[in-house]
Amino acid sequence: MNLDPKTPEGPLEKKWTNAKANYKLVNPANRRKYSVIVVGSGLAGGGAAAALGEQGYNVKCFCYQDSPRRAHSIAAQGGINAAKNYQNDGDSVYRLFYDTIKGGDYRSREGNVYRLAEVSTSIIDQCVAQGVPFAREYGGMLDNRSFGGAQVSRTFYARGQTGQQLLLGVYQSLSRQIGLGQVKMYNRHEMLDVVLVNGVAKGIITRNMVNGKIERWAADAVVIASGGYSTVFFLSTNAAGCNVTAAWRAYKRGAGFANPCFTQIHPTCIPQEGEHQSKLTLMSESLRNDGRVWAPKKKEDCAKNPNDIPEEDRDYLLERKYPSFGNLAPRDISSRAAKEVCDEGRGVGPVVAGERRGVYLDFRDAIQRLGRKTIEARYGNLFDMYENITGENAYERPMRIYPAPHYTMGGLWVDYNLMTNITGLFAAGEANYSDHGANRLGASALMQGLADGFFVLPYTLGNYLGAIPPGEAGKTDINDPAFADAENAVKESISKLISIKGKSSPRSLHTALGKIMWNKVGMARSKESLTGAIEEIRALREKFWSDVLIPGDADELNIELERAGRVADHLEFAELLCFDALDRDESCGGHFRVEHQTEDGEAVRHDDRYANVSVWEFTGVGAEPKKHVEPLNFENIKLAVRSYK
Amino acid sequence: MSEKSLNLNLRVWRQKTADAPGEFVTYKLDNVSPDSSFLEMLDLLNEQLIETGEEPVAFDHDCREGICGTCSLTINGIPHGKGRMITTCQLHMRKFEDGETITVEPFRAQPFPVMRDLVVDREPLDKIIQAGGYIEQRVGSAQDANTLPISKEIADKAMDAAACIGCGACVAACPNASAMLFTGAKMSQLNLLPQGQPERYKRAINMVESMDDNGFGNCTNIGECEAACPKGISLDFIAMMNRDYAVAKVKRFFSGAA
Amino acid sequence: MTSLGKKYVMAVSGLILVGFVIGHMIGNLQMFLHPDWINAYAYKLQNLPYGLLWVVRLVLFAAVVAHIVTAVLLVIENRRARPRGYSVDKPIQSTFASRTMRYSGVILLAFIVFHILHFTTQHVHPEFRDLYRPLEGVPTMHAAYDLLEATGKNNVHDVYSMVAIGFSAQYWYVSLFYVIAMGLLFLHLSHGISSMFQSVGLRNHVWRVRLDRAALVISIALFLGFASIPVAGLLGILPYQDMVQGAYIHTHPTP
Repeated sequence: MNLDPKTPEGPLEKKWTNAKANYKLVNPANRRKYSVIVVGSGLAGGGAAAALGEQGYNVKCFCYQDSPRRAHSIAAQGGINAAKNYQNDGDSVYRLFYDTIKGGDYRSREGNVYRLAEVSTSIIDQCVAQGVPFAREYGGMLDNRSFGGAQVSRTFYARGQTGQQLLLGVYQSLSRQIGLGQVKMYNRHEMLDVVLVNGVAKGIITRNMVNGKIERWAADAVVIASGGYSTVFFLSTNAAGCNVTAAWRAYKRGAGFANPCFTQIHPTCIPQEGEHQSKLTLMSESLRNDGRVWAPKKKEDCAKNPNDIPEEDRDYLLERKYPSFGNLAPRDISSRAAKEVCDEGRGVGPVVAGERRGVYLDFRDAIQRLGRKTIEARYGNLFDMYENITGENAYERPMRIYPAPHYTMGGLWVDYNLMTNITGLFAAGEANYSDHGANRLGASALMQGLADGFFVLPYTLGNYLGAIPPGEAGKTDINDPAFADAENAVKESISKLISIKGKSSPRSLHTALGKIMWNKVGMARSKESLTGAIEEIRALREKFWSDVLIPGDADELNIELERAGRVADHLEFAELLCFDALDRDESCGGHFRVEHQTEDGEAVRHDDRYANVSVWEFTGVGAEPKKHVEPLNFENIKLAVRSYK
Repeated sequence: MSEKSLNLNLRVWRQKTADAPGEFVTYKLDNVSPDSSFLEMLDLLNEQLIETGEEPVAFDHDCREGICGTCSLTINGIPHGKGRMITTCQLHMRKFEDGETITVEPFRAQPFPVMRDLVVDREPLDKIIQAGGYIEQRVGSAQDANTLPISKEIADKAMDAAACIGCGACVAACPNASAMLFTGAKMSQLNLLPQGQPERYKRAINMVESMDDNGFGNCTNIGECEAACPKGISLDFIAMMNRDYAVAKVKRFFSGAA
Repeated sequence: MTSLGKKYVMAVSGLILVGFVIGHMIGNLQMFLHPDWINAYAYKLQNLPYGLLWVVRLVLFAAVVAHIVTAVLLVIENRRARPRGYSVDKPIQSTFASRTMRYSGVILLAFIVFHILHFTTQHVHPEFRDLYRPLEGVPTMHAAYDLLEATGKNNVHDVYSMVAIGFSAQYWYVSLFYVIAMGLLFLHLSHGISSMFQSVGLRNHVWRVRLDRAALVISIALFLGFASIPVAGLLGILPYQDMVQGAYIHTHPTP
């Protein structure tokens, strides 16, 4: 597997400039001869499709939703980082770069991250010009807020809907290209395979989710921007439809999967209420500025009304363990602390699967100190949301919170040009592994998606296409045997799924997988839990392929068939995630191995062995994947230990 | 946390394909947690249907936190069900009574044909945006964001309009299947901002014409759309659209353009 | 015509008609003054210079036709846009008046036709055409008496008696129909007056409240003003009831 990162020569701040200066170009008149397939219509995919359409390429964009405007980028609340330094508080491209590398626990590539920080400023310019209604000050200038992991205010926001506003900006640009005929949009189409012709990505196979038609699509390059894989945990903050399928099928065709074990857990989500639950809802982390996290000291208090538990029987766990950061300890640390007390049997809230999963986030003291009005002004919408979901009034009774999976840093391995190790196959946004290392900072996901889609791919794809002579562009034939093979494989797998006619619903199997993943591969992992998980996943996969029940047929709108296909891929992918977690014998960012912690429970990295990227190669379902390593060279930043004591 | 569970009668629209005639089928569903959301209740119904070998009820959903706009459903005659400013995925079962019969229908509008059961095709809303719901701004050519100050009032108003999640509840709630709240909001967001001025009147004409071409009905100012809107988009934006379109037509008339 | 074009037509024609209706009501209220008032007023209107009467009539007619034709188009298109409704249909915030414009409109149209046949062309009671009365010279703002004096004759059509007889107890059903129609006019305008401003884009959430209130006040005033006349006629309590020409016996018109 060729893992040359292709990072351009030159000093850090010149790399992107140099790269752009040397990229091949396609003559404007020739661009319409080239075609590009984009899978996914979020910030990365939609952005790339729009930008490439503007440049004059023929673009086909696919999404499983009923409209490109629904991609899950839409759900991001907080904001988007950019090194604008509008607040005059000492921000710079270098500082954003530094914060991102450090926040990622030193597991990302310097060149890529620096480029991300560099283009961040253009993103804001572009979005404002497109009409994204960012928050403003009275003087008419853009407003900023501060976010975790940074000492400057560099986060731009649009109420609590920054993701939606940015996505709509992208969607509007994309819509313009669709209206002009530059981009052909295929809604309700699910990508089920990548087609390689002589080892080069030349097309995809999709299923039309309305009539079940399996179709072949050819292009000169394929971009996968299909998001992350948090739904491998079943319960996550991701949309119900989010899935690993596109990335996983690419992996099965030979693309390397990098660091799948880097998953991020968000500490302030609304706890699970019961077995019926389909998703977890995230509440802004800002709540921890005024709320105090506690759990009862005594197990017998757990079922009591929290207001009846006297002060001396409350364990303010974060303040106790991390006196200097207290309730503002970073995401991974706060999440683990909550899980620990619940594992001890001191969790609160309803009993779900034999356990109370939740700790209190109490605003009593803040309300006494600042008055209810102030708290209402700061968090009113969050309190309303909490009440709508739980039926509880958080002004009178402490909120309950629990961590939930919400972002995955791992993904398809890509080089500096965002191309995977398969020629012609690109990956962008959350679907790739590139910029966030082992842990993503708040407000950086939107930044990366737009950077990849608007400002990186339009150059790097042009460079790739520029190497294809115009005479050969657009010449891929969908009657090539490679397409027929891929189509047949997809059809076979679908008819196999349909024909099992067992007893278990796809959803029940997904739930079962989620339980294994959350309990054994969630916030804290050990050699024992991971090997156990692999065995359980294998058994569950076997059960899936012998007992899944999909009513209806393949040639109709069949929601259970869609779900089953995704669960089947998750069942294979989950095993890879475990292998990676088992192999990475250190604690790092979102990956916490209990064997590697200090006496106080802090993560211990092993930079000597793991300051690198693990890239996995597919060797067959159920077979141990083959590991490749891309070493990470830190030329500008010194590796240091994160401490939040 | 509520203890009591609900036993419900669900009267659900079933329709196998776009061309098939549909009908209501009533299902009994017991032991529904009042804490579950309406869609989780439907998940439960589907699990029950699959168990008994029946085909599950198809419905659209995705983010399940009220922002993606995918979920639809008209519940007891109200798009997104009772309760202001929520989507179906944010509707919780504690708002229903034990033993209640709940009628679940797809969004009804000619431009939103039913594809299966409760799934409708809302692509015409995309078409309206494609006709002019954007600012022509090529990637990479923008000036510095702060060279164009925008007053907070205008920015906030544009944001009010931009809050639309494109779910189509306005169309579903309107007895005329009019898409004016959607179109008005999308148009006004851009027409309010200075960046949107160069294309303002062209946008007004193109979006309104696309709205008509896609078969949406006429607005009779009754305001059901505003009440059903999960984001509380105001009728003000329809008025703004009405004004911009009128000005656009007058300008066009006197400019001599066709 | 685009959807918005139709909105503008409805709003502008509606505005013309509302303006007329307000003027008409104020004119009608002269029934509560000495008969000279309304009779002189009618004479004045009938003898407007330069054929202005017909200009006004044509404008009104055009407005009515535009309003109706557009409304019919709207109803047809709206049915087409939503051919199938909900099996459970529950309005959320719309008013009864706003949802029933098409029905109140149709009945109002029937009323207008009857009303014209009743008091304008007098086809319902051709005998009304023979009701004449001299102006008595009571000072009115119409100055018709002075004009007529100069010509040596002052007999004018006795509108006062016509209306009083038309609404008298023997025709109670006519009065009832008028009152019901005015109730529908109230409904129609309580939505329509504010709606016009929305249609032409001259309304926002602040002015919506104000215009809704204004619409309510105007439509209530119109209802009371208009309905008071058939009610007074029915009950025989017009202030100058004794000046109504002898109780009119209805006979079918002879050819």
